[in-house]
Amino acid sequence: MCSAQVSSIPQDSVEISTYQRNLIQQLQSDFPICEEPFEALAGRLDSSSEEIKDAIATLKENGVLTRFGPLFDIEKLGGCFSLCALAVPSERFDSVAEIVNSYDEVAHNYARDHEWNMWFVLATKSPESLQSCFDNIVFRVNCPSMNLPKRREFFVGLHFDI
Amino acid sequence: MWGYTLISELELDASGAYVATPELLSRIVSELQCGLPLSDRPYREVANRLSISEKQLMNLLRGMLRDGSIRRIGVVPNHYALGYTHNLMTVWDVDDLHAERLGQKVGELCFVSHCYLRPRANAWPYNLFAMVHGKTQTEVDIQKQQICELLGDTCTDYSSLRSTKILKKTGLRI
Repeated sequence: MCSAQVSSIPQDSVEISTYQRNLIQQLQSDFPICEEPFEALAGRLDSSSEEIKDAIATLKENGVLTRFGPLFDIEKLGGCFSLCALAVPSERFDSVAEIVNSYDEVAHNYARDHEWNMWFVLATKSPESLQSCFDNIVFRVNCPSMNLPKRREFFVGLHFDI
Repeated sequence: MWGYTLISELELDASGAYVATPELLSRIVSELQCGLPLSDRPYREVANRLSISEKQLMNLLRGMLRDGSIRRIGVVPNHYALGYTHNLMTVWDVDDLHAERLGQKVGELCFVSHCYLRPRANAWPYNLFAMVHGKTQTEVDIQKQQICELLGDTCTDYSSLRSTKILKKTGLRI
């Protein structure tokens, strides 16, 4: 699993150059599928494949990009997702976060300023394993909990104007 | 060990195109969920690891883009780093009769990145979830107001939850 922990995800703005900005803008839409995709992109960006690869590596390293590659719709592939929430007493917050984060099935976990203060996404291969993973986490952390699988999806994705 | 195909993992569909078996699909997903390698021929590198040809992998990926099992190939920016420091999960209690129609409209707003209908729960009256992103507090306040106006009388209660800390974020993206 390629999980990036808190420390590597900046939550403040990071200075990025005009070149990097253009590159990110360009790469929010489709990365080419061909033998030498960076070379193909270099033509469009008036750049070189080396420069593009270096820039992506740098932007991943400093946390501006959380990912480069295909974005899968796990449900289309037969997997399951759910958004779950816990109401964690503040004095136990860190230890509960540690337990929740220790599960490979936990894809994201966010602290939020609400009575329901911990929100995480579970991703599993089947509805049964999702429920049992949720039950297992709740049993271990012993906090009020909600499992809110989506009933309908309207839109996922955002083209950031940067 | 590379350069040849595990024929048993590729099947012909009705039109004669190769489709991957669930087993191969799941290997493709686990091979790629950490991202594409930054090499001159990234698809060849991944195909070698999967013991299929570069061409087969590219065709499979194109097929997955077409059927939606891959949403897109590209980068996912960390919106905080790009200056979108105000990220809110807005939640709305919308009359079930109108929730489908209005959810669609909310999802179409340009500042909404994720929009879902979810079940209500005890002490949780909200059924419509919309993630909004802005660079300033004023910007997200205006966005919330816009959603509020769109929902009108069908919405009886709403709340918004600001993310205060990313506790975990893996490469697996929804």
